[in-house]
Amino acid sequence: MLTIKDLKASVEEKQILNGLNFEVKPGEVHAIMGPNGSGKSTLASVLAGREEYEVTGGEVMFNGEDLLEMNPEDRARAGVFLAFQYPVEIPGVSNANFLKTAVNEVRKSKGLEALDSKQFLKIMQEKMKLVEMDKAMTQRSVNEGFSGGEKKRNEIFQMAMLEPSLAILDETDSGLDIDALRIVANGVNALRDGKRSFIVITHYQRLLDYIVPDFVHVLYKGRIVKSGTKDLALELEEKGYDWIKEEVDATLNA
Amino acid sequence: MSDDLKILEDVANSEYKWGFVSNIESDNAPKGLNEDIVRFISAKKNEPEWLLEYRLKAFRHWQTMTEPVWPNVTYPKVDFQDIIYYSAPKPKVQLDSLDDLDPEIKATFDKLGISLEEQKRLANVAVDAVIDSVSVKTTFRETLLEKGIIFSSFSEAVHEHPELVKKYLGSVVPYTDNFYAALNAAVFSDGSFCYIPKGVRCPMELSTYFRINSAGTGQFERTLIIADEGSYVSYLEGCTAPMRDENQLHAAVVEIVSHAEAQVKYSTVQNWYPGDKEGKGGIFNFVTKRGICLGNKSKISWTQVETGSAVTWKYPSVILKGDNSVGEFYSVAVTNNMQQADTGTKMIHIGKNTSSTIISKGISGGRSHNSYRGLVKINKSADNARNFSQCDSLLLGDQCGAHTFPYLEVSNKSAKVEHEATTSKVGEDQIFYCNQRGISTEDAVGLIVNGYCKEVFNQLPMEFAVEAQKLLAISLEGSVG
Repeated sequence: MLTIKDLKASVEEKQILNGLNFEVKPGEVHAIMGPNGSGKSTLASVLAGREEYEVTGGEVMFNGEDLLEMNPEDRARAGVFLAFQYPVEIPGVSNANFLKTAVNEVRKSKGLEALDSKQFLKIMQEKMKLVEMDKAMTQRSVNEGFSGGEKKRNEIFQMAMLEPSLAILDETDSGLDIDALRIVANGVNALRDGKRSFIVITHYQRLLDYIVPDFVHVLYKGRIVKSGTKDLALELEEKGYDWIKEEVDATLNA
Repeated sequence: MSDDLKILEDVANSEYKWGFVSNIESDNAPKGLNEDIVRFISAKKNEPEWLLEYRLKAFRHWQTMTEPVWPNVTYPKVDFQDIIYYSAPKPKVQLDSLDDLDPEIKATFDKLGISLEEQKRLANVAVDAVIDSVSVKTTFRETLLEKGIIFSSFSEAVHEHPELVKKYLGSVVPYTDNFYAALNAAVFSDGSFCYIPKGVRCPMELSTYFRINSAGTGQFERTLIIADEGSYVSYLEGCTAPMRDENQLHAAVVEIVSHAEAQVKYSTVQNWYPGDKEGKGGIFNFVTKRGICLGNKSKISWTQVETGSAVTWKYPSVILKGDNSVGEFYSVAVTNNMQQADTGTKMIHIGKNTSSTIISKGISGGRSHNSYRGLVKINKSADNARNFSQCDSLLLGDQCGAHTFPYLEVSNKSAKVEHEATTSKVGEDQIFYCNQRGISTEDAVGLIVNGYCKEVFNQLPMEFAVEAQKLLAISLEGSVG
């Protein structure tokens, strides 16, 4: 579904990704971990098409299409969803109206008819349950005045509404208390259907107790330097990143 | 839940849609301005002597005045001798019914989406249509008359209700008020007149539609609205003009009188031709709008959505004379390309326990300049007066300018005045967030800006709110990136 080959990217002329290789098949959940500044969020931004990030080499194929050639809205319509680390506020635009616009754009790109208000409301009510969202939240302006936990829940709610084929969760667990974490993870797990793929970017193994990954990768200095199963995450939790850093730096200096 | 997106889709890639010229034969005065022209206009209208005298006094006063230079706008000097001050569509026959209306005029209004006919009955809007200098048709007069409501062209009111016109004309905006008000008083050719009797709630929206058609003409209409004790009326005003390379002058006066416990809601969607992208052509919109709350608990509310005109100079105001009276001003002013707007309001508190609210949203794109200018004046007599002002500016791009000039004069210690102001940009973060959900940049800007203006749009009658959203989308096309 997603194949990343030798991806290099920079932001403000600083090289962040240094030849990253990575493949995601349908239905797989990949966790990406790594120390601060290793390029985790850059990877998420590059995949979503944020303008400030310049791709300087490599290729990204998504379902047979060159993802890097597509503008951000087309990537979204093609099924790439990014749950933002810092969801953005849009004052005066209700969550429901925002989502209806987005859902109908995605439907339009697939040649489907737009949902009318009644149909939309019905789907919305179903999906709200996934993240234990109350109705008032759908009528509030997008993320405006939301608590940190509410914002993250809202991201997962939007994901549920948009039904992407690839969801990238950029530190969705940051700033969440244990209850909010459970709600968010339950929402994500409910959306695991054997076809939808996930890239879960996180600092902490804690999230992976709830969202159990098929693979865990360690990103360091813009490359994936170690891959394994969920046991790798446990090992990292116990030993930290220093041993991996030492391994990698030794190889680089050799 | 609004259908922003659908609206935006409808208007994608459209330019100024109202820029056509109708081929209507018109009856023009010669160019230029002098006492003879004033007499000519008055004679054309077959006016009584007192009105001619009023015009002449105004004209003589105007000659002693100079154009205001304090607004934060720059434009070529208007040559007042190079304007045609009277232009009327030539009636083919005497108008007795709608069937007699010049088909070309009817077609013009159909094109504008304003049907003067039956379908308006369903929408429950009575329309007075003004082309160039004269009112061509007022609908639903009979229905309204059953309730004692007078809704007619200004010229008709002069003949049919001279006592009302004489009593109120210039009572809120005297001809001495300012340069353009004096000019208007001298040469106004038509406009709308409305009187709501005591205790009557007007059952439909009253609407005036202004259209400048002829080249080289100025439009100087005059609107007078009187709401007698305990009455209510909601009034809508819309404006368009053909696309022309020249600048055309629109200098209107609107006067509103609200008696005790009466309420007047005046909504405008102003979409005069703004000129092209380089700033060529477009309407100079120099307008004086003012209402007075005369009695106890009377209320006047202005809502405006300003998207058009090359240069706008306009401050719809309320004089809060009656105790416990309420004034409101809700405004969205959009400038794009080379447009300039200097607009705001004046709230003059005289009565006790008077309160006013000002919500102004300025949006600027392109190389435009958008200024809010507002005065809140609390007189010595205005015990416990309250004002809340909120002036927000939104910038699209980095070549435009937003300015805020709030003036505050408080002469009574019991007054409470609050002012909030913000300036923000449509964030790239916001746009990217929308993009990531599948929404294109243009639609994202429309969505974000409509959200930004929500408080004002909520004040508009439903039908108008939809039109305003559409207009906003068109006005902002190409304003980002």
